[in-house]
Amino acid sequence: MKIFGYKPPATAWVGLAIIAGFILIALFADVIAPYSESESVGQTWDDPSWSFLLGTDNIGRDLLSRLIYGARMTIGVAFVTTILSFLIGTIAGFLAAVGGTVIDQILSRIVDVMLSIPLLIFALIILSVFGSSIFTLVMTLAILDSTRVFRLARAVATNLVVMEYVEAARLRGEGLWWIMRREVLPNALPPMISEFGLRFCFNFLFVASLSFLGLGIQPPYADWGGMVRDNGKAISFGIPAPLWPALAIATMTVGVNLVVDWILSINSRPSGASAEM
Amino acid sequence: MTEISAETILKLTDLRVEALSGAVLVDNVSLELKRGEVIGLIGESGAGKSTIGLASMVYARAGCRITGGKVEIDGEDVRAMDADGRRDRRGRRIAYIAQSAAASFNPAHRLMDQVIEMPVSHGLMGVAEAKAWALELFRALDLPNPDTFGDRYPHQVSGGQLQRAMAAMAMSCRPDILVLDEPTTALDVTTQIEVLALLKKLIRDYHMAALYITHDLAVVAQVADRIMVLRHGKTVELGTTEQILLNPAMDYTKALVAERKAADKLAIISAESHDKPVLEATGVTGVYGTFTAVKNVSISVARGETVAVVGESGSGKSSLARLIVGLLPTSTGEVRLHGSVLPPALKSRDRETLRQVQLIYQQPDVALNPRQTIGEIIGRPVQFYFNRSTSEVKARVAELLRLVGLPEDYAGRLSTALSGGQKQRICIARALAAEPDVIICDEPTSALDQLVAEDILKLLKHLQDTLGVGYLFITHDLGIVRRIAHRTAVMLKGEVIAQGPTAQIFAPPFHPYTEKLLCSVPEMRTDWLDEVLASRA
Repeated sequence: MKIFGYKPPATAWVGLAIIAGFILIALFADVIAPYSESESVGQTWDDPSWSFLLGTDNIGRDLLSRLIYGARMTIGVAFVTTILSFLIGTIAGFLAAVGGTVIDQILSRIVDVMLSIPLLIFALIILSVFGSSIFTLVMTLAILDSTRVFRLARAVATNLVVMEYVEAARLRGEGLWWIMRREVLPNALPPMISEFGLRFCFNFLFVASLSFLGLGIQPPYADWGGMVRDNGKAISFGIPAPLWPALAIATMTVGVNLVVDWILSINSRPSGASAEM
Repeated sequence: MTEISAETILKLTDLRVEALSGAVLVDNVSLELKRGEVIGLIGESGAGKSTIGLASMVYARAGCRITGGKVEIDGEDVRAMDADGRRDRRGRRIAYIAQSAAASFNPAHRLMDQVIEMPVSHGLMGVAEAKAWALELFRALDLPNPDTFGDRYPHQVSGGQLQRAMAAMAMSCRPDILVLDEPTTALDVTTQIEVLALLKKLIRDYHMAALYITHDLAVVAQVADRIMVLRHGKTVELGTTEQILLNPAMDYTKALVAERKAADKLAIISAESHDKPVLEATGVTGVYGTFTAVKNVSISVARGETVAVVGESGSGKSSLARLIVGLLPTSTGEVRLHGSVLPPALKSRDRETLRQVQLIYQQPDVALNPRQTIGEIIGRPVQFYFNRSTSEVKARVAELLRLVGLPEDYAGRLSTALSGGQKQRICIARALAAEPDVIICDEPTSALDQLVAEDILKLLKHLQDTLGVGYLFITHDLGIVRRIAHRTAVMLKGEVIAQGPTAQIFAPPFHPYTEKLLCSVPEMRTDWLDEVLASRA
């Protein structure tokens, strides 16, 4: 079976299966989850049983149901954030490469300043000032993350704008938007897509770590990072409760990376094989 | 030529190389190379010349596999050896000189370190001994300041010098066989002649055998004892140089020889009287930083006229084109279109001005966006300049494709699926789509094979006859100039040193530089190189 004209290797299939599985779980959370997201149905940290397959959490909510609803929130937030950050970062990066020295200097220096402040601290400050609604969370992460996207988009586009077909478009009198959209973007897509996968993972982990610090997704919504935090103490009692959401985070990260590796290998492979030595 | 000994040093038997897709790149080619002998491999691109050259070292590029045949060096089958055995033969017994020396040297290391790397890593010589040998080679290759030459980095020497340094690198292990893959193709004619003479001397002095790969019959005639003509991976003909040049047996060889001879002829087009110029540059000067690329150049093109600009690389021909189109702002002088002065910067020129002057590039591969279809590429200027509806654009694209001799259904394809010649046709169609008065052609045929280039020239001429478009034709190839240019300007170091009707430029009395250019163009005689060198000595 082929996807976009390429045959994925076994590892990519595993990754695709993991991602598809989590997306299905997120979409049909209402149907699959045995209990609701926020309802206390048992005692604190009940052992796994037939009624609670993974046990209960620190205030007696069913862990499995929380994991299932958590997929929706965690993956959803990471996905929207990544798309937004790519929109901002790619447009700004291309503009810097195509628009000439002045625009490039202004944009690049702004990004330099933002990059010089540690991401987590920056996010912490903004979120504590504006409060942690899902909207501010997504916007903050998207804008911060777009600086990383900007750097890649600008680097890729700088190599493309010197090509003669871009020069031909300039000589024709085409505007910046056309050059960015029609001449540069299609040729920059392969590296940008692989970067999308990587950044999705980073955002995913970042949301998790913010939730872990209490500034991410707020209760009663479930998210995997927050679940690790809430149940962290259980470990010292020998109860595996925080390991389940941690396992979900790890699985999703591995799944996305397997797919990204495959996409990267397509882009870097010249003609399908190495030289005969 | 030196005497050829009876000892066969390299023997290829029924060599077969296939691409992973299953296409046959080299189809049962056999040859025997004796010590002291040079065999020329000649053919268009895609004929399998380079693949054979590499396969004789039992190396196949990514995506290819050697699937059959034997490669014997001194009677030992190298294909049957393991990787260590092959590595031991490479460099030590058989060495390779690539077309682009610039791409073959590591820019981060000094030349000397790269030249001595091979003998040292093969354990043949100590560092000091290898360096002494490298210096001897630098001297033999006539490099400037041979004692300090090796201390330079690749970007600090000229293209011709780098190509000679590469020859030194190939010679560093004192191999018996050299594989020369178009070693002079990337060089100017005036530099080519020097490198050619030195390579010939090197092969003779050290009594080596060589495979000389080239697409230029006149070049190979100077060095080869025998010539193998290749096409689509098959041997067309193998014979002595005299026999191939004077008495070719096969039709394909005849076509190649006839084509090359036509380029030698002085079929000069007379400079007809033309109307007043459409495009006119007067006293233009262009500057990159502190470097003056174009100095006080005046040139004009009328409708239906072809004006050639010739010169070596670095003479400022392309900079002149960039000045005219506005990519390089003029620091003095002015460019006029239909009598009105154009703003020096591209951004301040209006759409109508941009439409009337179009540019065709040297490398059609990078001049076409690989992710746009042919229809989009050609259709865009039609829509952009004339604001036509989608169906009108479509009809115009079909018309333009017909005009440049391509099937209409190419509109749906990506440019990456086309050959070099077809891509250049697309570039021409894109330029024509704007219905320009003048097209600036920047070496439009120099990246193409001889026969394909000839077709492109015919097409350009035909288009000029039917549409009356004027060409400013930038080239280093004097054969082209003679055949298509009404008027010619010769450039040297940013200045026009001679300008006038082509017939006048190419007739005595010559400007000394024009004469040097003229007599550096290889001719199809085996004794041409020796004659030129003798006359210069």
